[in-house]
Amino acid sequence: MYGAKTNLGRRGFLKILGAGAAALSAQAIGLSTAEAQVSAAVRPFKLLRAKETRNNCTYCSVGCGILMYSLGDGAKNAKPRIFHIEGDPDHPVSRGSLCPKGAGLLDMIHSKGRLLHPEYRAPGSKEWVKISWEDATKRIARLLKDDRDANFISHNEQGQLVNRWLSSGMLASSAASNETGVLDYKFSRALGMLGIDCQARLCHAPTVSALAPSFGRGAMTNHWVDIKNANVVIVMGGNPAEAHPVGFKWVIEAKIKNKAKVIVVDPRFNRTASVADIFSPIRAGSDAAFLMGMVRYLLETGQIQHEYVRDYTNAALIVRDDFTFDEGVFSGFNAETNSYDKSSWTYARGADGLALRDETMTHPRSVLQLLKKHVDRYTPEMVEEITGVKKADFLKIAEVIGSCSAKNKTLTWLYALGWTHHTGGAQIIRGAAMIQLLLGNIGMAGGGVNALRGHSNIQGYTDLGLLSLRVPGYMNLPSDKQTSLAQYLEETTPKDVTPGQVNYWKNTPKFFISYLKNQYGKHATKENDFAFDLLPKWDRSYDMLAYFDMMYNGQVNGYIAQGFNPLAAMPDKNKTSKALSNLKFLVIIDPLVTETSNFWRNEGRFNDVPTEEIMTEVFRLPSNCFAEEDGAIVNSGRWLQWHYAGQEPPGQARHDPAILGGIMMELRRLYEVEGGACPEQVLHMTWDHDTYHDPYFPHPEEMAKEANGYALEDVFDENGVQILRKGQLLDSFAQLRDDGTTQSFCWVFAGSWTEKGNQMANRDNTDSGLGNTPGWAWAWPANRRILYNRASMDKDGNSWDPNRQILHWNGEKWVGADVPDFPATIPPGGPAAPFIMLPEGVGRLFSAQGMNDGPFPEHYEPVESPIAKNPLHENVTHNPTARIFQNDRERMGNRTDYPYVATTYSVTELFRHWTKHSHLNAMLQPEQFIEMGEKLAAEKGIKHGDTVKVTTKRGYITAKAVVTKRMRTLNVAGQEVEQIGIPCHWGFEGATRKGYLANTLAPGVGDANSQTPEFKAFLVNVEKAEGELA
Amino acid sequence: MNSQNIVRRSATSELTPAPDIRNHQMEVAKLIDVSICIGCKACQVACNEWNDLRGPVENNVGVYDNPADLHPETWTLMRFTEHVDENDKFEWLIRKDGCMHCEDPGCLKACPIPGAIVQYANGVVDFQSDLCVGCGYCVAGCPFNVPRISKQDHKAYKCTLCSDRLAVGQAPACAKTCPTGAIAFGSKEEMKDLAATRVAELNERGYENAGLYDPAGVGGTHVMYVLQHADDPERYAGLPKDPKISPIVEGWKDLLKPAAAVAGAVAVGAMAAHFIGVGPNTTDDDDHPEGSDGKLPEEPPTNVTPISKHAAE
Repeated sequence: MYGAKTNLGRRGFLKILGAGAAALSAQAIGLSTAEAQVSAAVRPFKLLRAKETRNNCTYCSVGCGILMYSLGDGAKNAKPRIFHIEGDPDHPVSRGSLCPKGAGLLDMIHSKGRLLHPEYRAPGSKEWVKISWEDATKRIARLLKDDRDANFISHNEQGQLVNRWLSSGMLASSAASNETGVLDYKFSRALGMLGIDCQARLCHAPTVSALAPSFGRGAMTNHWVDIKNANVVIVMGGNPAEAHPVGFKWVIEAKIKNKAKVIVVDPRFNRTASVADIFSPIRAGSDAAFLMGMVRYLLETGQIQHEYVRDYTNAALIVRDDFTFDEGVFSGFNAETNSYDKSSWTYARGADGLALRDETMTHPRSVLQLLKKHVDRYTPEMVEEITGVKKADFLKIAEVIGSCSAKNKTLTWLYALGWTHHTGGAQIIRGAAMIQLLLGNIGMAGGGVNALRGHSNIQGYTDLGLLSLRVPGYMNLPSDKQTSLAQYLEETTPKDVTPGQVNYWKNTPKFFISYLKNQYGKHATKENDFAFDLLPKWDRSYDMLAYFDMMYNGQVNGYIAQGFNPLAAMPDKNKTSKALSNLKFLVIIDPLVTETSNFWRNEGRFNDVPTEEIMTEVFRLPSNCFAEEDGAIVNSGRWLQWHYAGQEPPGQARHDPAILGGIMMELRRLYEVEGGACPEQVLHMTWDHDTYHDPYFPHPEEMAKEANGYALEDVFDENGVQILRKGQLLDSFAQLRDDGTTQSFCWVFAGSWTEKGNQMANRDNTDSGLGNTPGWAWAWPANRRILYNRASMDKDGNSWDPNRQILHWNGEKWVGADVPDFPATIPPGGPAAPFIMLPEGVGRLFSAQGMNDGPFPEHYEPVESPIAKNPLHENVTHNPTARIFQNDRERMGNRTDYPYVATTYSVTELFRHWTKHSHLNAMLQPEQFIEMGEKLAAEKGIKHGDTVKVTTKRGYITAKAVVTKRMRTLNVAGQEVEQIGIPCHWGFEGATRKGYLANTLAPGVGDANSQTPEFKAFLVNVEKAEGELA
Repeated sequence: MNSQNIVRRSATSELTPAPDIRNHQMEVAKLIDVSICIGCKACQVACNEWNDLRGPVENNVGVYDNPADLHPETWTLMRFTEHVDENDKFEWLIRKDGCMHCEDPGCLKACPIPGAIVQYANGVVDFQSDLCVGCGYCVAGCPFNVPRISKQDHKAYKCTLCSDRLAVGQAPACAKTCPTGAIAFGSKEEMKDLAATRVAELNERGYENAGLYDPAGVGGTHVMYVLQHADDPERYAGLPKDPKISPIVEGWKDLLKPAAAVAGAVAVGAMAAHFIGVGPNTTDDDDHPEGSDGKLPEEPPTNVTPISKHAAE
């Protein structure tokens, strides 16, 4: 009978049944119960039979393991495309976790911002046009060669052979693999470039500057998992819950399993503070005062590990009488050059040339007594006056820190860019190094000074020496004054300071000559000083700040930016923009659209540039991303982890080695055909058919093996026993020779790819004890996981804490959970001390001549300071050795016009300026904001979500206001100080809301030791945005 | 743990009950320890990525909560609260919000469509989206204000507890990815044991009122919280202290639903006859009274509380 209602629509019929029943959709009931049952099944699991490829996250230095799932099973006809990524549960650090950045990697790989074709922007043009790879490669090679030939400097004014090219430079990536890094290095040095740098310059260069003179190596001392062994975790100058969330797993582990106390001292109450036991706010840029106050507290209360301090630090060594410190200045200062003659900053020597020592540490010129005197001014009251940390809070924190002087308690110190981004950044880090030496916490499980590196392979790029004046493996490029190999080696190889020490850097000639053999192959002979002359020599630093200043002044013609976005990353964006506009040509190699590649494009107020007047030719070359290559990246714990490609680069994008190979081979062709300036520098570089199976596209395995090194001849030991045959890969750097019979690009990587295979690809995650996993990947040096681990035991080899035993002497050698960071067969009880990379063998409380701005840290005000005078010494307010270029000085603001302290940082949802290209991440923090306290906001009439204008002498940005209880007013030097937090993530490209580059605001001045910019403390004004800005 | 046998179906009368025999199964639960959550939002991303969801890129509105609210394409999100207690102690409390997978699910009880909301023997409450008509009753029935209705396809969405992952023996995407282990996943029994040890540790650290949130008013939940201040859950962005299913929904279930089921049966019969007699429906204008502007045909019933202001999103 219902069949007669033929004109009744389904919806109409349901309407008849009334509102409630109307919801009874026909879809719901369908026609058969069976259908409904089937539809009740859960969504099918989407990974069944998908191809799984292992890789590591490309963002931060935790180096989390990832599983990438792609279409197809590897058959030739199926093009793999990654469609899902999740954590690798086998990975010892990440254990299956990924942070919001890592969890969103898929949208980075498939971002709408991926570059798909080579493109060209002509001088004055408003647009990109497509260009073929061949045309791009030829044109770039031609531009490079013409500029090099025209501006190459073979001799300096003194007539010394220098073989350098200053008018073109290169920025290298920090997320590309080591293997690409090897090529970056060879590429730039083959052309004689000195204006080369990598992201380390903008992040952790001060770490190397501080930790190497303190302990011997400039790296994170322990590793991520080891954090779980700590009793106390102190976070200052970092925010690992946000910047390294998966590494932070091990802080939580310490908290839960070890009942560890977590202390955070930071300008902001951040997400690390949200799970801390103690938090204190601090004025940005005042950390050195806090730390020196802490040193004073520990010395005054005697809460130091006495035996450790006596035996394993230089506390007992006697310092020369002419070393002085007065009113903020150390001995030897030259006010004209703003630099020190460091000759007095050393030990008093005996007749044998060795340092004098007072075992009781009571000698008035002993390091310990000098240190006591130096820090005497840093009373808790003075700490409060400078830093704004309340005396009671300081003492509460001091008590917890002091408790870790007990032999069975360790404290781990975590820091990152909150410390490096200051004019005194390296000295702040020194402060932590000294405290940890006093507490006996270096070399200990759960101890250490743990520099949490930033980008996924910035540790690797630092190891590979991709910095203006470096050579791979933490050696320096020779200067103009070092005119021969012998002179260079004489001046750089450390002499013994105290008797019986390992002083491993005495092997410098082996490392350096093996490096030269790698670079110049058969052209490096004993007779020609192993082609020493082909290395470019330096007269001054060409770090990024210096080089962009040259660019700003019109002294640079060409620049290559590979995986780097300097317009966003450098301080003072408006200056950077003008500098780039002065280039004749700019070559961008990147997987993504960067602001730098579009620096010439007018984006209204976000990038208001005169496009037609910008005569820079720009090439934009699309490269692969991490998911599309094989290779290794180095995490913060120095683990070299090998990863595999899960798909091909999209569109016409090419692998970095193919891009560099193409340009280099064209340059070589041109030099062979045409000659030019010092063709040998180009042509003698090992980048040819003898070196690579295809020099146009060298394969990662080839660079990995050359980085490890191999024998060039049969090699014999001192007893004439053959240890290597010709061509054999090295097992360790101990096999390197200084006679040209071995080669190794980067000696610290020796052992990473041996005759046993690729050690970096090892995947045995067995815990050998205390969270060490020596079978997982490979760590430099020599697969050691906890640096200086000999210091976990007393001189006689007894562990300070039996529950933290890493090693023991088995009668013949040191064995245990980790590889000994000490000659394995030197027995306990001898004179050799644990810090084998320092000639003293002991950690340095007094850094001797290792730093530019003093052997002890001193608090100096940031260049832009909210207070009138340094409370410690009013005539020396700022770091006297900070380098400020004239035009930067003119761009500094004062505290009257810009009364608020600003600090920049990253938030956890985003990674620098990359993840704004990932939709998954853009959703989480869609728009530029700043954070400000409620008091200041009330004064300024600013409410939640208002648009505000933040201004410095260098420019302005607008942002949304996050008004928060987490930013507090501090009392500093008798005045109230308000601080403003400025995250740096957004820009005029990407999936997030279009906006300004926040680094418009930061000042162009750097750390006195490493020229890393002072992003973390400068002055701003803030007001509610009006008119068109609102 | 991984079995997904249905033990309850929405709008199913006692005449046609859900199969309830294979119920000897482990109940699962997610335990969210707010005291070690760092608010990183990895869970949000992992959820979106796994479930193929891409919500809109919104604006910053002066807080860290982004997206600003749950959304048909945002099934979980972090809610941030800045709290100062009577002793002037400041805490930044961060709570992961999303479906609680109630043992006694208000959404399922309120849903008028047979089988559009089901509960599996492991405790997961799952929406069968293809059956959903977007009436909004689940929104009204939820004491936690979780389901959201899509403007795009007029269906209700919420967390599935990754029932597709559970079905092959894997943990939910959010739990797997959580960097600090603040989200744990396992049998409900073990999650309660874990909670007890966490509460003891928090007590030791001075949080006297730490406790487990597993509210009895909804029969307990399969997503539970460890709270530092379990005496005051409202402090955590308004987590209800004593959530209950609205009495109106309970009444609807007991009184009205049988009638609706009868009406439904009539409808089935009518459509069957229609199909047999006429063949499949062709689309006509009347089938889409909402037109093409993507708006819902009608507001959800407002006489049932609580109604989310977001229900129509």
